[in-house]
Amino acid sequence: MDPRGFVESVVSRIGTDRSKLINILQEVQRTFRYLPRESLEEVSRRLGVSLAEVLNVATFYHQFRLEPVGKYVAYVCFGTACYLRGSSEVYEAMRRAVGLNDGKTTTEDGSLTIEKARCFGCCSLAPVVMVVSSDGSERYVHGKLTPIESRRLILSYKSRAASTAGFGSIAAAGYSEKDTVR
Amino acid sequence: MLPQATLRKILYGSKGFRIRVPIASCTLAAGAEEVYRRVRRAVEELKLDAEVYTVGCTGLCFMDPWIEIAKEGQPPALYGNVKPDQVPQILKRYLEGDLSGATAVRFKTDSRDPPSLDELDYWRLQTRYVSRNCGLINPESIEDYVETGGYSGLKRALSMSREKVIEEVKASGLRGRGGAGFPTWFKWKVAYEQKSDVKYVICNGDEGDPGAFMNRLLAESDPHRVLEGLIIAGYAIGATKGFIFVRAEKPLMADRLEKAVNDARRAGFLGKNILDSGFDFDVEVYRSAGAFVCGEETALIAAIEGRSRPRQRPPYPATSGLWGKPTVINNVETLAHVATIFQSGVAEFTKYGTEKSKGTKMFCVTGAVKRTGVYEVPVGTKIKTLVFDIAGGPPEGRKVKAVQIGGPSGGCIPAELMDLEMDYESLQSYGAIMGSGGLVVIDDGNCMVDVAKFFTGFTLAESCGKCLPCRVGMKQLSNILEKITSGTGTIDDIELAQELGESIAKSSLCALGGTAPNPILSTLRYFKHEYVEHVVNRRCPAKVCAKLVKYVIDPALCRGCIQCAKTCPTGAISGSPGEVHRVREELCAKCGQCLIACPFGAIRKV
Repeated sequence: MDPRGFVESVVSRIGTDRSKLINILQEVQRTFRYLPRESLEEVSRRLGVSLAEVLNVATFYHQFRLEPVGKYVAYVCFGTACYLRGSSEVYEAMRRAVGLNDGKTTTEDGSLTIEKARCFGCCSLAPVVMVVSSDGSERYVHGKLTPIESRRLILSYKSRAASTAGFGSIAAAGYSEKDTVR
Repeated sequence: MLPQATLRKILYGSKGFRIRVPIASCTLAAGAEEVYRRVRRAVEELKLDAEVYTVGCTGLCFMDPWIEIAKEGQPPALYGNVKPDQVPQILKRYLEGDLSGATAVRFKTDSRDPPSLDELDYWRLQTRYVSRNCGLINPESIEDYVETGGYSGLKRALSMSREKVIEEVKASGLRGRGGAGFPTWFKWKVAYEQKSDVKYVICNGDEGDPGAFMNRLLAESDPHRVLEGLIIAGYAIGATKGFIFVRAEKPLMADRLEKAVNDARRAGFLGKNILDSGFDFDVEVYRSAGAFVCGEETALIAAIEGRSRPRQRPPYPATSGLWGKPTVINNVETLAHVATIFQSGVAEFTKYGTEKSKGTKMFCVTGAVKRTGVYEVPVGTKIKTLVFDIAGGPPEGRKVKAVQIGGPSGGCIPAELMDLEMDYESLQSYGAIMGSGGLVVIDDGNCMVDVAKFFTGFTLAESCGKCLPCRVGMKQLSNILEKITSGTGTIDDIELAQELGESIAKSSLCALGGTAPNPILSTLRYFKHEYVEHVVNRRCPAKVCAKLVKYVIDPALCRGCIQCAKTCPTGAISGSPGEVHRVREELCAKCGQCLIACPFGAIRKV
């Protein structure tokens, strides 16, 4: 889909009011999984807000990203409880396992992104890693990890990303929020 | 605190047989969904006439996932840390009257029963005032909430004048539960007195402190209580619209609040002419894109307006807030308190707490304790009671060194001060803050300089960059701590950190910068010796700071099994099978993987 056309369709639905800026960006990201440059330019044009201001908002809030992410995104919790229980070691072990260095967060083959995250609020499971598929259809939480387990874990996601063309076809090996109980 | 008859009715349900499974973000992370499926399947297989009932969370995180079985004639029994495979067995044994596997029962019917919740410190010492429904009712059922007295507070408030409502909040002495403890009634009164055709109330659900999740727990487990408080606040100041500000990253919290809003609207608690009082009011759930600084009132308002960053106060939001209109912002827990005060009266609330701070407060206790959880206790409860009696103290063989209270804006209270009674003023005078009530227990395996570095790194990353003291000052503080923890710091750096911290606190634009140096200032106050040890002897006493520790292999214990060498990612360990191995320091990345890999405990940090 064309990012500009998509912005057009969102704007025609929810309007061009300045206060809708964040909502519009949220919709773009939901569809494209990041904010393509063209979409930001189009938002700027349609809302009559400078591109600098759109970028200001897009880079200020944690939810938004300006680069595409891997098929699976692993968020290593860096909340206080997780940090004190060794999330730095978990994070480093995972990065090393998939060959990420020099501040890169996404692997060359585009299968994985590893990022630090703020508290998930499940401190009793510290240290915690949450893995989300970039289309949002899968979400897994792994707790009480050691560096060795986390290494194994991230490699399993790497092969899982390689083994499937799309999402949703794999049997969940843990908790999936996809069909949350009501 | 519910009447016995109501409690029994909710526990056993209309069929007289209810099995509760908690579905909240925290229990789901611990595997509650699979447990839920197994319970449903077991009920079908055993052909039981039982309701499988979704509830929120009790706050007893250490027993997640749990289930509670209640069949008429038997005491309701809680089973903690349930594995899906155990479910059929647990059910069968309960039905045979064998309760031996239960963690606790709600009340005893026989002296041989497992302990009742009221006999267990982690429950007995709590005062479950605002969290009374958490883990008990179905958060997605407005009927359940009404059954427990829900919306009777709104009815009572609407029968009173606005002045009287504000008077009542004043009489309760309720103070904001989100941070500084500002008197709730005062904000309301200022906003009420503004002449404006449009006013707003906002529920601040932007819980950002790492280690604090009481608001999420409360909103996921009893969302109507928060909403009822917001409607009462809206009535008191004469607002026409309310917002509930929630992070998009907390989808279950936002979904449940949204459902509560829709159900309340259908039931006539929202919309035009609420309960025939002539009061028109509606609420929108706003999903924010997430930024720590949004916990600050003016930054939160900016987010709803589609902007970013806080601004100078005054004017305060109560006079000029959202789109320039008078706006009251209250935290989730504060609003839940408002609803409860109007339901059960001021006297019930003021029974608890201290002279200056009434009522109860929810605390999240995490870190080095046996029983991680969310516990509600009267304001003024001793730290010791919470950390040792309720949360069970540190794991075996560990010693509590400090308690970090109030998140990145708070401070560390040393173990010697565990007798301190926690209220807004006492915590502040000892260098911490109540904040949202996150309490992280730090044990002797943690380095206090590293803890300070952690929080400084957090606020540095979250600083919005608008004002210089916070933007540049925090960067400098972070650099100084980096120097100290890597062994290149000097005594002067410690003094500089102190001085710089104090000036950042004084000169920052908003509360984020104003409180950001607290973690470093409080650790300097109580743990200066650890800083000194880092700069004078180039030693990290807790052996945490990677650049100051070395890994060595004890030749007496090494059997040459090569496990460590195989695990080492940098190839820093040399040695042939059967021979004593050696760590080559120049190659060692200090990742500690060898230490975990060694089956003989031969590797040590020195």
